[in-house]
Amino acid sequence: MKINIIGKRYIFFIFSLIIIVPGLILLAINGLPLSIDFTSGSYLEVKFESGNPPPPAEVIRLYQDTFNAKDVQVKTTEDGSLIVRSAFLRGLSEGSIITALEQRFNDKITLVRSDAIDPVIGKEVAYRALAAVGIAAVMVILYIFFAFRGLSHAFRYGICAIIAMLHDVLILVSLGVIGGILFNWQVDALFLTAVLTVIGFSVQDKIVVFDRIRENSQVYRRLSFETLVNHSIVQTLQRSINTQLMTVEFMLLALALFGGIALREFAVILLVGLLSGTYSSIFIAASSLVVWENHEWKTWFHRGSKEAVA
Amino acid sequence: MKQYRTLILIFIIVVISIFLVWPNNPGIHFAGINHDIKTALGLDLVGGVQVLLEADVPEGTEITAQDMTGAINVVENRVNALGVSEAVVQKAGDRRIVVELPGVEDPDKAVQTIGTTALLEFVDFSSVSQTEVPQYVGQKIATDYLAGGEGTSPLPTPTTSQVTGTITSTTVISPELKTWNTIMIGDDIENVAVQVGNVGEYMVAFQLTPEGTKKFADFTSANVGKPLAIVLDKTVISAPVINEAITQGQGVITGNFTSDEANRLAIQLRSGSLPVPLREVLTRKIGPTLGQDSLQKSLVAGLIGATLVIMFMLLYYRLPGAVADIAVIIYALITFGLYRFIPVTLTLPGIAGFLLSTGSALDANILMFERTREELRNGRSLRQAIDQGWQRAWPSIRDSNVATLITCAILWFFGSISGTTIIKGFSLTLAIGVTVSVFTAIVITRTLLSLVVTYLKPTDYRKWFGI
Repeated sequence: MKINIIGKRYIFFIFSLIIIVPGLILLAINGLPLSIDFTSGSYLEVKFESGNPPPPAEVIRLYQDTFNAKDVQVKTTEDGSLIVRSAFLRGLSEGSIITALEQRFNDKITLVRSDAIDPVIGKEVAYRALAAVGIAAVMVILYIFFAFRGLSHAFRYGICAIIAMLHDVLILVSLGVIGGILFNWQVDALFLTAVLTVIGFSVQDKIVVFDRIRENSQVYRRLSFETLVNHSIVQTLQRSINTQLMTVEFMLLALALFGGIALREFAVILLVGLLSGTYSSIFIAASSLVVWENHEWKTWFHRGSKEAVA
Repeated sequence: MKQYRTLILIFIIVVISIFLVWPNNPGIHFAGINHDIKTALGLDLVGGVQVLLEADVPEGTEITAQDMTGAINVVENRVNALGVSEAVVQKAGDRRIVVELPGVEDPDKAVQTIGTTALLEFVDFSSVSQTEVPQYVGQKIATDYLAGGEGTSPLPTPTTSQVTGTITSTTVISPELKTWNTIMIGDDIENVAVQVGNVGEYMVAFQLTPEGTKKFADFTSANVGKPLAIVLDKTVISAPVINEAITQGQGVITGNFTSDEANRLAIQLRSGSLPVPLREVLTRKIGPTLGQDSLQKSLVAGLIGATLVIMFMLLYYRLPGAVADIAVIIYALITFGLYRFIPVTLTLPGIAGFLLSTGSALDANILMFERTREELRNGRSLRQAIDQGWQRAWPSIRDSNVATLITCAILWFFGSISGTTIIKGFSLTLAIGVTVSVFTAIVITRTLLSLVVTYLKPTDYRKWFGI
């Protein structure tokens, strides 16, 4: 009871905005680094036996001259692989590209990974991904409304859970944009899977906190809502820390550190996302309930300094 | 006592799970049941090809479910002919088929064989007399055209039956013995249409490509009056007689066709044995090295993570922590056993899903223990505290896991319609893990904990419970 988290709610709101807003500004400038999973195109990652991939400019020229390829981007990695992205090359298999590369650069090449995605697919995946997130959000609101139907204003719990969930998604979008700028990350189907997982676990976490509010509201009928929520948060704090930080993050940290390149990005996104999920359960979801209960927005415009929060 | 019955149940489940995860499991083969038990590894772990095929028809054209099922059957037959174990052929949405070939050696060849190559051949039948022709219709023959590099190995019979003639003769012919010469293949045909002749007879008109025109002109000029076989997936479907040399690349196939027969032949000429033509809209190939590296590393990472978690639970929660560790190890056995039994194809995100559901299993335990400790601090007796802790934690365990299962269902649906098997695999492993985690928390942890407390009768329980 001694820790007062709810009382400092605006500090935490501002803290979240400090992380999200720069990400959104970068998003507006740079856009999301969408992979060909969503934009369509061709991707080829190969290893050169000699360990010396040719200079990118020459590969670009080969692609343009021989295959008539558009939007060719070439990157070499420190372990001697070559990554080529281009617009979708219709009717051209990666086998014939490799043969052309082998002949041109006189080296033996092994395939690491290749993707060829027709424009019709790319658009559809992006559209369906948004639909999936939307449907998931609606289903979760409905379920929370159902589970908390005994409480007054049950639908508020669902909406506040979704507000906090959106917070987590925005954190991940910022991470995606920044990762794209700094580490050449791509927002691909795996990124989407990570986002959807974070949504699932984020909601799971909110329900645990809300459940405590539900239970306490029947025990401490005389407490103000604000005190009640704060009390519930403090009671679930130990569990939040132990589950999220100690167990889930142990696993993900191990994956991020030792799990190989293919999983590293995925693990880091989950790590940040789940951390954000725990944070938002306490500092966003529960706090929003209090803001709503007190109708605090009526006073936002009279206090000046807190206008930014609106 | 009820608890002992539960204990026996747990014991049986553990024994079954150990059987299921046993390496080189022989599988279940008795009383007509044939079920292999093995770890199915996904494309991203063993390498291989994933192809998404789409019905290649103009926008707005309706495709019947029957056509798609037919197309899937043909693709399946061709995939089987490739001899890839663990191959997957599935419908994705209304007009797409997803094909996965883990561990395939030559991805290029595989893709050509399954989707785009119409295995339609025009075969030199000049040595066959007109009276013998009906005997061959519907028969498998060997030709010298090496489709997809599979040589002359016969592909399974297509779903469509012969167009003309039936075999009434009892003479045994052995068409497999002879290798026939292929003049040209389906690729040389540019266009096909059904036409109705002067007396209302149905005919199939075709237009050849320039290259096909030349091949056909050479052959027909030399073989007027002799039969020419149309062979589909190595099965003779028709053998019309060449009436005149076809030099302009345009011709008609006549025969006593009904409207249906003519249409079927036209479709076969157009798309091989596929009821609808298909084209690749997504091709994903993963070399074997990338996957093996990731698999080993994630296993090591998983072990490191698991060890840390087990240590943490033991140090922080002590006695119940030890019980939870046992419960979570049993949880891992059951879950992995189920993956092998169903089987669930394990992909990298799938492994992540498994690790995350382990987190969920631990969460259920932690929720219970935190409540138990609270009750103990409030001065309840140990047994009361355990009962209360469980009852109070249950609603949040239930509601939070149901919410995760809802997300899993949506992910599964999303993965199914878009043919994104990676996402499907992830949601399935997560859903199984979450379900098992609830089971282990309510059945195993609870039973073991109250049995341990009954037997050990810890006097200084505050210490045992880490308060």
